[in-house]
Amino acid sequence: MNENKQITQHPDYKEHHEPWVRMVKRDNVSTQRAVAVRAIAILAALLVGGILILLMEHNPILVYKDMIIGSLGSPLVLRETARMAIPLLITGMGIALAFKMRFWNIGAEGQIIAGATAASYFALFHYQNMPSPVLLMVMFAAAVVAGGVWGMIPAVFKAKWNTNETLFTLMLNYVALEGLRYLQYGPWRDPSKMGFPVIAMFDTSARLPRVFGVHIGWIIALVLVVLVYIYMKKSKQGYEITVVGESIQTAKYAGINTSLVFLRTMFISGAIAGITGFVTVAGANFTVSEEVTGGVGFTAITVAWLAKLNPAAMIAISVFLAILQKGSGTIQTIYKIPSSAASMLIGLILFAMLGCEFFLNYKLIFKKK
Amino acid sequence: MEGFAVVDFFFMAVIAATPLLFATLGEILTQKSGSLNLGVEGMMFMGAAAGVAASYIYEATVGDATLGFVSAILAVLIGFLAGALGGLIYSVLTVTFRANQNVTGLALTIFGIGAGNLVGELLGIRAGGFTTVAEDTKRMFSSISIPWLSDIPVIGRLFFSYNFMVYLAIITAIVLMWIFNKTRVGLNLRGVGESPATADAVGINVTRYKYIAAIVGGGICGLGGVFISMADNSGTWIFNCIAGRGWIAVALVIFAAWRPSRAIIGALLFGGLSVLRLYLPIDGIPAQVYNILPFVATILVLIFTSIRQSKEHSQPKSCGINYFREER
Repeated sequence: MNENKQITQHPDYKEHHEPWVRMVKRDNVSTQRAVAVRAIAILAALLVGGILILLMEHNPILVYKDMIIGSLGSPLVLRETARMAIPLLITGMGIALAFKMRFWNIGAEGQIIAGATAASYFALFHYQNMPSPVLLMVMFAAAVVAGGVWGMIPAVFKAKWNTNETLFTLMLNYVALEGLRYLQYGPWRDPSKMGFPVIAMFDTSARLPRVFGVHIGWIIALVLVVLVYIYMKKSKQGYEITVVGESIQTAKYAGINTSLVFLRTMFISGAIAGITGFVTVAGANFTVSEEVTGGVGFTAITVAWLAKLNPAAMIAISVFLAILQKGSGTIQTIYKIPSSAASMLIGLILFAMLGCEFFLNYKLIFKKK
Repeated sequence: MEGFAVVDFFFMAVIAATPLLFATLGEILTQKSGSLNLGVEGMMFMGAAAGVAASYIYEATVGDATLGFVSAILAVLIGFLAGALGGLIYSVLTVTFRANQNVTGLALTIFGIGAGNLVGELLGIRAGGFTTVAEDTKRMFSSISIPWLSDIPVIGRLFFSYNFMVYLAIITAIVLMWIFNKTRVGLNLRGVGESPATADAVGINVTRYKYIAAIVGGGICGLGGVFISMADNSGTWIFNCIAGRGWIAVALVIFAAWRPSRAIIGALLFGGLSVLRLYLPIDGIPAQVYNILPFVATILVLIFTSIRQSKEHSQPKSCGINYFREER
């Protein structure tokens, strides 16, 4: 008692104030609440986007409406939107596997390029030697191996020396891109195109068949969703990824060979991105060029994260982003709003989603008067 | 190489190094407080576009009364603020809302690339083709001639002929060096970055330090963007003009071992590599080989620093991990 009195009389003593708000961690969040909070977050982002559209002197409601019509309004654009969602969905799953293990693979761009280039090699130079199904199979396998190996390189260094994988995977994007550019401007350049540095179109035998008007990449993507879901949730290897992601120390203590998990997972992650490359060149472009990724490797990070690394949720997110991207093309022609607006809007939605997690994980308790 | 070509090469290397130096310094400051902001590329885009927009709008408003140096100062100031806005968004999300630092940085990059290109293109559409700034403004961002000093052979061109932003970058490096090593603020900042819990316990306001470091750091990154749009591209907007340089800066932070002095050397080295092709072309080596040099160099730096793992040259300990007071 006496001591307390002395402290309060000390000149440096400041009366301790309870903060006006404090945070308490929530134990569990109901699904309804989780969905509601995220929906509000997306709406808030769209609202901010709307204000920006207003600043550009357009009517946001009309612009958003035209985005929807331009991406879902007719079978033709619907197919186009589906085609844009396929690479996002496939790549998103590859990234999710790496992210689950807290391995920040932002090298999907490079892994897509590696896969696309390897597949194109067979499509361009060996199409005469085999029937179409075999050729497509070989292209698929080549893309898987090339993407996988490209993804595994940083994992080798991460496993051995704990080399920063974020920057390593990123730098490999540029290396892969310059490699493909070299081929495009050099040895693979189509001489019949005169001055233009482009690579020849694939023979018809190297093109993916269509089902319901969209190349079968969508079936490949949906099969992958099931496979990745089972792998992540039901397999021993998937469990090991989760443990390594939670804590490397725990994983080592539990006797998991963390190096092996790094290498194996990054091979699979890169291989899945490689499949994106294959699907893009064999299904959509029928050739390969320096623009083959179209930024999918980066946008797919968004897909993986917004879906909370859940393969099933990634279907919805990749379709949503495809709507934004296809729609932004439409509003570019109608309103002359540059299509970069889509990227900014995606950024805003990401901010909102990242921010809203806080309100799911923590409860705010305000000071009572 | 001829004697004069060497001087030319050095001159161009400095020009190529300056945006890298700004961005590297900004990120060093941010990381010192324990925030790993991967949004450098995005903040550079924001700074670059805001700089052009500031000059363009100022000049469109005052018309013939345009003063080159006012336009230039506005570009630098608004570019800084745009980058700082990126740092603020990052701080709100990671410090206050405790979001994952990696993903927040990536989101900031996606947002910044979109916002920068959008603003740049909108300005272009408004200007009926592409934006340009006044000749006086352009002159502010091109090489200068100081009486006497710039006339000294070789040395004049090497040291006294750059635009003001080059010197601003070097001054920024020196100021940061002084803050980190000689001031109480620098010491506290290091404490926050190394061990926020300890810093908190001795009464340092961790949140305030993290916010200010990320905001000022973001602003400095924005200046790198201003240099690219105003000096390299003389006030016109070129789509995707930052082109990965923000990411190189993130790697340069590691190369520089979180020291501003080494950031100068690193930026010069990487700047030099990026212009090497123009001065040392070798028959039979395609352009792409030169283009990948900075990226391969970055990878080598990453590998070597990870193998050496010296304590003194390592990242502030709390980098990448958010600090929750309640979970101490």
